[in-house]
Amino acid sequence: MATTFDVSTKQTGTEPACRACAVAVENVHKRFANHNVVDGVSICVKSGETLAILGRSGTGKSVLLRLIIGLVTPDAGSLCILGQEIAGMSLDQLGEVRKKMGFLFQHAALYDSLTVGQNVAFPLVHHRTDMSKAERGERVNQLLTEVGLEGALNKMPSNISGGMQKRVGLARALALDPEILLLDEPTAGLDPISSGEIDELVLKLQSEHQMASIVVTHDLHSAKTIATRLALLDRGRVVIEGTFEDLERSDIELVKQFLK
Amino acid sequence: MTTVPATAPNLPVPESPSVPEAGPPSAGLVVGFFEWFGNIGIFGWQVLKAAVTPPFEFRELIRQLDDVGSKSLPLVALAGGAIGVVLSMEVRSSMSRFGATSLLPSAIVYSIVQEMGPTITGLVVSGRVGAGIGAELASMKVTEQIDAMEASAVNPYRLLAATRILACVLMLPLLTAAADACGILMGWLAQTLVSPISLHQFIDSGFRGATLGDFLPPTFKTAVFGLIIGLIACYQGMSTRGGAEGVGRAATNSVVLASLFVILADVVLVKLILVLFH
Repeated sequence: MATTFDVSTKQTGTEPACRACAVAVENVHKRFANHNVVDGVSICVKSGETLAILGRSGTGKSVLLRLIIGLVTPDAGSLCILGQEIAGMSLDQLGEVRKKMGFLFQHAALYDSLTVGQNVAFPLVHHRTDMSKAERGERVNQLLTEVGLEGALNKMPSNISGGMQKRVGLARALALDPEILLLDEPTAGLDPISSGEIDELVLKLQSEHQMASIVVTHDLHSAKTIATRLALLDRGRVVIEGTFEDLERSDIELVKQFLK
Repeated sequence: MTTVPATAPNLPVPESPSVPEAGPPSAGLVVGFFEWFGNIGIFGWQVLKAAVTPPFEFRELIRQLDDVGSKSLPLVALAGGAIGVVLSMEVRSSMSRFGATSLLPSAIVYSIVQEMGPTITGLVVSGRVGAGIGAELASMKVTEQIDAMEASAVNPYRLLAATRILACVLMLPLLTAAADACGILMGWLAQTLVSPISLHQFIDSGFRGATLGDFLPPTFKTAVFGLIIGLIACYQGMSTRGGAEGVGRAATNSVVLASLFVILADVVLVKLILVLFH
């Protein structure tokens, strides 16, 4: 069953709802060029949960993820990550919170001048200065094995397929053992077999690491497979939030259309 | 199952961590002009804050010093040498009209060290490094690599911008010294082919009566050129939008604006040097 907040009482990082959820988004608004992209969204994701955010293109799903990781700042509302209000934080303060988060970009966003191994090692090089080079190499190999890319260490991102790039992106997102994992369309543009593999991988990682995960997707099958709850966004608002069965039982026309 | 109502409380707008956009002028040229200066000022402040706080990106700085410095050296040396030859030919023609060919070494040395060397170095580096930084960062921006860096808790102002700007500031005076040396050497060569003179004699005559105040300020003023080139190129790159077209625009704008501001800054710096050192 979904959770919503009484927004009038929960606006800072010290409130109970903020402490109860790994990711607590409360009444967040974001406007681009007179267009309300995110229009009063409230969600809560606890550790061990996976929330899938569904919706048509341009309904603000990716912007919501970018708000959560601080790449976009909200016009209004509260964004509480692991008990800390991130709105208004400086870039370095935000960096401390981001170290506990992993983000898989829609197009993987790998550093094209670095090898696969260097891409995965990037967060370790910058944040795990206590690690020796050998330990770092071991960790990179472990992460690549975890995502099924043992032999790709020295390949360049341009020389691997889209599915492999997503896996590398996932390995990079997991490098610092995040408590929160954000996945922006992890199966978009992939064939059904690769999509299935990515879904299995996310499920496996989820059961092993018990992170709070938010997955933005158009892929209903993928959402049903990996998510514990789903939220349907339309014109920047959450239309419905609940389990897949809740959505199936809904009599809201948009939900029915979407499930068709 | 829950349907979620949306009401908007008026909460404070937080400070944006993103790079201010280098969009087209929104309300005419004047507003666009001030908007650009305002945005680059904010960008510069963000870079400065990142540059003076740890962790310091020494490895990336060394990579950038190599990229800006040693990889620009052949081009700068060639340009400096060409200017030396041209100056030698031009000045000889003018001087001989007034029967002042004995002043030729001084004219060449002073022209190169005080103005031609620094300006040519600034313009060559604007072209090579400015375009390179602008295109590289713009490409990273449009492919979300800079966002990925931020998402990995790495400050792009520190890793990408501060290192490149600092490399430009440190390397420009050294490249200028190299351009000056090549210019003087080639100036002597062009001179000695027409009217033989030893290098020692040429240098001795060229630098006669000169003080450090004549040569150091013009050389070190190029650190300001480096700041201009690095800042403009990083800003144009990191604030670009619009795919491949945006990358092209960022590269072009970096070169054009950096070259323009190098020349404009030179006017101010020359006057400043004349006031302070002469």
